Amino acid sequence: MSERLKNWLSPSLTFVALLLVWQGVTTSGSVPDYLIPPPSRVGAAMWTVYTTGTILPHLAATATEMILGFTAGSIAALIAACIVAEFREVERCVYPFIVALQSVPKVALAPLLIVWFGFGIASKVVLVGLICFFPVFVNAMTGLQAARPELVDLYRAFSATRWRIFWDVKLPSAAGAIFAGLQVGLVLALLGAVVGEFVAAQEGLGSLIQASSLNFDVPVMFVCIVTLAALGATASAIVRALHRRIVFWEGPRAASATTTKQNGHA
Amino acid sequence: MSSTVAGASSQPGVASAPPRLVVKDLGVTYAGSRGQVQALDDLNLTIGEGEFVAVLGPSGCGKSTLLKIVSGLLAPSSGEVTLNGKVVRGPQSEVGIVFQQPTLLPWKTVLDNVLVPIRVLGKSPAHYHDKAMGLLELTGLTDFASHYPNELSGGMQQRVGIARGLINDPQLLLMDEPFSALDAMTRERMAAELQTIWLEARKAVLFITHSIQEAVLLADRIIVLSDRPGHVVEVLDVDLERPRLSDVVTSPRFTELYAHLRAFFRVDGKLR
Repeated sequence: MSERLKNWLSPSLTFVALLLVWQGVTTSGSVPDYLIPPPSRVGAAMWTVYTTGTILPHLAATATEMILGFTAGSIAALIAACIVAEFREVERCVYPFIVALQSVPKVALAPLLIVWFGFGIASKVVLVGLICFFPVFVNAMTGLQAARPELVDLYRAFSATRWRIFWDVKLPSAAGAIFAGLQVGLVLALLGAVVGEFVAAQEGLGSLIQASSLNFDVPVMFVCIVTLAALGATASAIVRALHRRIVFWEGPRAASATTTKQNGHA
Repeated sequence: MSSTVAGASSQPGVASAPPRLVVKDLGVTYAGSRGQVQALDDLNLTIGEGEFVAVLGPSGCGKSTLLKIVSGLLAPSSGEVTLNGKVVRGPQSEVGIVFQQPTLLPWKTVLDNVLVPIRVLGKSPAHYHDKAMGLLELTGLTDFASHYPNELSGGMQQRVGIARGLINDPQLLLMDEPFSALDAMTRERMAAELQTIWLEARKAVLFITHSIQEAVLLADRIIVLSDRPGHVVEVLDVDLERPRLSDVVTSPRFTELYAHLRAFFRVDGKLR
């Protein structure tokens, strides 16, 4: 059997085995099925919500909040990191505050943001943006400052402008770290969107989970969780693919090492 | 100390052409964490047109500081550096630099890496394409022009660095322990290759090293620096014929020069 087939088949078999155990335990009656529904009922619920389309506006709302917030937060973080890393004086003035703000649990701001920006999508986008900002900012700044001094010296020896050194040396040097930050930010973006919806929302997978909880509709809660997982995994795969394509000179091994190392900033 | 060392200390044979580089009474002091640190003290040296000069010294004697001053990245505390008759007062593009590590841009191909100085100087890379390819041929990298640095061995990457150092036809090539990151065998081969490249290009070279063998094999003149603060304790002309092939290492004259330099280090007890 080829390695590739094995790599694909092994996790699939594990998944099927887990489903069988789950089905067996729940149908044996040892756990009440209103607490943990068997996978067959979750599957049926999934079929219903997707074919009737009742889940789609919720999925669209959560995805929109996540994408808009992630994009805005990441762009703001990149611009801020470039300015702070490039100008020593700016770093001296603002860095202590950024470190202090970083330790504030951003989800604690959710109720305040609802007061400021309303029940709609805006409050969630702001929350997601705030949550994404810090991992991207810290990673980008570390990466920008980690450019090899010899490379900078080489450019300086030829009287290169500051802008040129930034564009030619520092930014590409930081690309790997920036993507590691985006990867962390993306996971947090989904978290932020759901927490924001828990607090107050008209639409979204988070609000659907909460509504189903009140109705004791456990299968739909499972469906929402599976949908969220799929949403997160898809977004993560897209960013990973971009990472591999854009930062092609760093091997996949090097990239994953950075991601793990930088996770502490989350 | 240095003044008591007897031996073949000699003044450089002054060539008829004006010197490329003159370093006069150079001193460098900088503020360290524990007060003032003197890195270089009263250092003098001259490099003539097409001359290969090696600066030999123990680690931390300020060799790299010397290189930064000559390339204009660092200002001296006292004394001055004159390149081509002009006092160096800031970065200037008439030097080529080869660093300890290959220091290539991993996101650019070998060819584009060689062309980096051209692009930074605002000249047209297309105009220099043939020259770059010629340098890649000289360094034996023709087949790797469109490869990326991480597809090359350490020795090959360092050769790209040498080609990059030569691309803008520098008046002076500065080499900062360029082979110290390589393994012993690659290192020996690279020294032989550098000699070939130098015999072809005939540039004035300031070669910083802590390897006695490398210095004797490559240099027309060896300048020995003392421990920090670095100052010249010996100037030695190397009268071995060129090209110096690998068997020169076993010749009596090579052994003599090597022993002289080595004994010299032992006197001060500071061999790297």
